[in-house]
Amino acid sequence: MRPFEYQRAADAADAVAAVAQPGTMYLGGGTNLVDLMKLGVETPERLVDVSRLPYADVEDLPDGGLRVGGAVRNSDLAAHRSVRERYPLLALSLLAGASGQLRNVATIAGNLLQRTRCPYFQDVSKPCNKRRPGSGCPAREGDHRNLAILGHSPSCVATHPSDMAVALAAIGADVHVTGPDGERSIPIPGLHRLPGDEPSRDTVLEPGELITALELEPLAAGLATRSTYRKVRERASFSFAVASVAAAVDVVDGTVRDCRIAIGAVAHGPWRAWRAEESLRGAPSTEASFAAAAEAELAQADPLRDNAFKVPLVRNLIVATLGDLCGDVR
Amino acid sequence: MPRVTPHADITLHVNGIDHPLHADTRTTLLDALREHLGLTGAKKGCDHGQCGACTVLVDGRRANACLLLAVAVEGSEITTIEGLGDGEALHPLQDAFVAYDAFQCGYCTPGQICSAVGMIAEARDGWPSGVSGDLTADPVLDDDEIRERMSGNICRCGAYANIVPAIAEVAR
Repeated sequence: MRPFEYQRAADAADAVAAVAQPGTMYLGGGTNLVDLMKLGVETPERLVDVSRLPYADVEDLPDGGLRVGGAVRNSDLAAHRSVRERYPLLALSLLAGASGQLRNVATIAGNLLQRTRCPYFQDVSKPCNKRRPGSGCPAREGDHRNLAILGHSPSCVATHPSDMAVALAAIGADVHVTGPDGERSIPIPGLHRLPGDEPSRDTVLEPGELITALELEPLAAGLATRSTYRKVRERASFSFAVASVAAAVDVVDGTVRDCRIAIGAVAHGPWRAWRAEESLRGAPSTEASFAAAAEAELAQADPLRDNAFKVPLVRNLIVATLGDLCGDVR
Repeated sequence: MPRVTPHADITLHVNGIDHPLHADTRTTLLDALREHLGLTGAKKGCDHGQCGACTVLVDGRRANACLLLAVAVEGSEITTIEGLGDGEALHPLQDAFVAYDAFQCGYCTPGQICSAVGMIAEARDGWPSGVSGDLTADPVLDDDEIRERMSGNICRCGAYANIVPAIAEVAR
């Protein structure tokens, strides 16, 4: 690990000022950043610890939404009564991620900003356009079995590893940030960008911007009641997704009145399945409708040599998940 | 002349005792415990947060000591496997691991036990897991729940068949 200076930020303004120095990064829980520093992927000269700033509260909002501080730990959000009752898909996505130990330390802001687990990104002996712009992408012709099938570019086929972000993309949220140019908010989906020809940028955040809070949109009870997060992985627990889906569906008299679908481990960020939703709204809650919805979304899939299996996997995952959610109303 | 790497003067509170420390900022909590304080119970397995051998309790919560910077946990109460018993009597989980023969080589055991202490407290606080059918009900630590909640601790000897009942005896 490269040597670095460490300081604790007194408040957000102090943190933003400190991170403006060259080679400076924010430190939250550190479960991803410290690991990447050990690997030599990240080489900050200075860390500004923001994990003890007063952004660790979860509050109900008057409109039925929820405000979540950026420094809230993953485990605390998963265990929060409002999340368990009103956003079960979010609780399940958090509980599907990492291990108990990691969830106790990792922050919500850090969860959103964690880096890809593409093996080439994590191996400094290999080229990687995300880690070293312009050096190339060996994944496109190499080991890409678990990489993107949607929205990738010639320069990058990485996937975003967060489970929580997939649920947030289905629910809808605003990310509140403060930075050198003041405060602003960024919607999810929208925080994470597609790689294009600038894969070094995972998100639309500007340098020095600090995530202080998320505000979740209210999730209507009809949707929340039938909502879930389902993750396919290569072992039963503590493993990154091969594919995942966050889904919520409101069914009345056998017809889908409203729905939310987002898929994970398929793209550079969480993928809101707008086309699937459009196909499903107003359709009968039948397996044929679910399949049509999944296929409408996946028509734009562009799998690589060794990950074409993900296309039918995601299709079947969407169909099975919607089927389970609607099981007792068909 | 070699460049002086940044160091920090910190105090770690470990098992109820204050330990002043002058350490390179790169020092992880795990290395501080093992190399500076001589507390070698917490083990270095993968050093990347994937195996759980380094699990300790930070302010009562289980965490991977290998991914925490020592400077970042100044002000927190650290409990390691050495701090669980009272010096004479073992912690009930330590007794249960012995009674159930819940290890072979023993390398993962301190992490397993610290993790189980934290896990049982989480369940008593009502935290659900990924296999809890009802997210709002009080969790019941059956074998499936224990396996899921302990998935951050790997045992390469494969002693899981005895680890699960050892934890269950204390948890239920």
